[in-house]
Amino acid sequence: MNTYFFNLSSLFYLLGTLAYLSHIIFLKDLLSRMATLIVSIGFTSHSLAILTRYVEAGYTPVTNLHESLSFFAWMIVGILLIANLKYKIKVLGAFLTCIALILMLFALALPKEILPLAPVLRSFWHPFHVFFAFLGNAVFTLAFCSGIIYLIQEHQLKSKKMGAIAKRLPSLKVLDDLNYRALTFGFPLLTLGIITGAVWAEYAWGRYWGWDPKETWSLITWFLYAAMLHQRLTVGWRGRKAAIMAIVGFLSVMFTFLGVNLLLPGLHAYSNW
Amino acid sequence: MQLIIIGLNHKTAPIEVREKLTFQESEVGKALAQAHSLPSLKENMILSTCNRVEIYAISQETEKTVRDLKDFLSRYHELPLKEFEKSLYLLVGEEVVRHIFRVASSLDSMVVGEPQILGQLKSAYTLATESGTSGLILHRLLHRAFHVAKRVRTETRIGDSAVSISSVAVDLAERIFGGLEQRAVLLIGAGEMIELAARHLMAGGVEKILVTNRTYDRAVSLAGQFNGEAIRFEEMGQGLKKADIVISATDASHYLINREQTVKVMKDRKQKPIFFIDIADPRDVEPGVGDIENVYLYNIDDLQKVAHENMKDREKEARRAEAIVQEEVTKFVHWFQSLEITPTLIALKNKFEEIRKRELEKMLSIHPHLSEKERQSLEALTSAIVNKILHDPLTRLKQKDEETMSDFYVDAIRALFQLPDLTAEERREED
Repeated sequence: MNTYFFNLSSLFYLLGTLAYLSHIIFLKDLLSRMATLIVSIGFTSHSLAILTRYVEAGYTPVTNLHESLSFFAWMIVGILLIANLKYKIKVLGAFLTCIALILMLFALALPKEILPLAPVLRSFWHPFHVFFAFLGNAVFTLAFCSGIIYLIQEHQLKSKKMGAIAKRLPSLKVLDDLNYRALTFGFPLLTLGIITGAVWAEYAWGRYWGWDPKETWSLITWFLYAAMLHQRLTVGWRGRKAAIMAIVGFLSVMFTFLGVNLLLPGLHAYSNW
Repeated sequence: MQLIIIGLNHKTAPIEVREKLTFQESEVGKALAQAHSLPSLKENMILSTCNRVEIYAISQETEKTVRDLKDFLSRYHELPLKEFEKSLYLLVGEEVVRHIFRVASSLDSMVVGEPQILGQLKSAYTLATESGTSGLILHRLLHRAFHVAKRVRTETRIGDSAVSISSVAVDLAERIFGGLEQRAVLLIGAGEMIELAARHLMAGGVEKILVTNRTYDRAVSLAGQFNGEAIRFEEMGQGLKKADIVISATDASHYLINREQTVKVMKDRKQKPIFFIDIADPRDVEPGVGDIENVYLYNIDDLQKVAHENMKDREKEARRAEAIVQEEVTKFVHWFQSLEITPTLIALKNKFEEIRKRELEKMLSIHPHLSEKERQSLEALTSAIVNKILHDPLTRLKQKDEETMSDFYVDAIRALFQLPDLTAEERREED
């Protein structure tokens, strides 16, 4: 049942990405409304996939890489739908849906059997840790996309090109606002993710912090975002610098999530495939 | 019945001629009524803008109406006809439809794609409706024109990009700041260009205007006009700190704003973005300023280049718009022609039927001894003759693929058989 909903939502994300892309090309309002509708249906189906898997497995399905990727993608689409309410940035939809789709396809290629829950994961804190960490990551993904769009739009303005590209992108102010907003939401979430992770580590391994590669990298990521926030508030790192930092921060997030699992040995290895 | 336009525009007449023939908005009603009293005119409407003066007319006798309208223009404006006759253009039939559709969609404008003309056309139409000089045909024609304009606007991107220097500047500001609201503008200089820019920005909704000028008094008087704040020239740095948009147009021979100073200003501003528009020649802002982060610098050439490129886009879109216009012209012409066919058919049949009945009655009164059977035979015979005679012309008129000629046939039949003019009711039935 859960795989059925999962596959269905992947299909809708694919259609949603295509609809958003065609909106960018043809600039028809109808297409963007259709895209939002398609993605909302995909999100509903995805929610059902996670819910049914929860029922079938008997635990929160965030215990292996397939489940984590799916959960991350679900959060990204959720953030997109929320951001859509306030910021009418159509290009953002194309970027975020596309990223969610890639994560889904990646998850699709991984083993997705429901296995008995490993003892260390049998913790009250574990689902909270995962929830905060991925929600933070999803918000940072949003900042990453708006950072990329910012750099493109800034380049258009600096090189004095006002053609088809510039016309399709939002103003620098909106993108920079979004970057800042994402930072103010994402940073506390990341912090909560690390704290709940430490509490869970205390239950699972009897220590709060052990310099495991995952822990080390999440701390590096935390410092990156902390520095970003600090520079922004004190000396006004905004615009281009903020956009670049959002991109660097996201790369660090992705390395903490995937790179560490795939490349470095450590305690989070259960989330390997 | 014929559609006619007589008029002149920016392509055919210089401003000196156009301004003499312009109808003031307040007098259009009077002028409409005067033109309407011309006996050959069925409906009329006047479009008068700074780029064009046109009279749209529906007439029964094309040549007479054209002569009358020329006289009317000459009389009304007290200008000898020969002084402007060369500048006039005359359009009839399908050309009229195409012209009005193109005017409404701004394909005939000085700056193609600028939307003002549609509003002007709408108010010209309203005036004609209020004065009672427009009727069924103009009504339909103008409504179709508004529909075409809407189609062009939604189906092409003709009006999407800015093509004037000032609109390009406003567009750029919007791309940087998301809008002009809550923005502060610093104007450097107090010349005509600056005043114009200030007017434009105020209309765009900027919150605050700061003015600085080498002669402080002029800065004060300009600031007064816009409810702004004057700043002494030596304290320009203060203005740079507060403003989001800086427009500079002085005749200074050296740079007023250099890179080094701007870097410092940016620090004071906590890197808040700033947009310099340098419309001075020679330039007021050192080009290197544009390389600083969060600083955007456009000089007059840059703005012109953007405007020029956008213009090329517009021309491309205009070609797509022409196709839409053509499609709609065909539809309208079709309707216009069908307008007269059916009533003509009925009138023609009625006339023949009347003749037949009259002649038959005459004949029966002369020969009262005819039997009922013979009477019926006569009735059948005469009906058959009339129907046979009418058969060919009626089929011809009804043929759809003869559209191009049907106008001609209708006129010919009406003239040859002396059919009465269509009443308004008959036309409306066709609508």
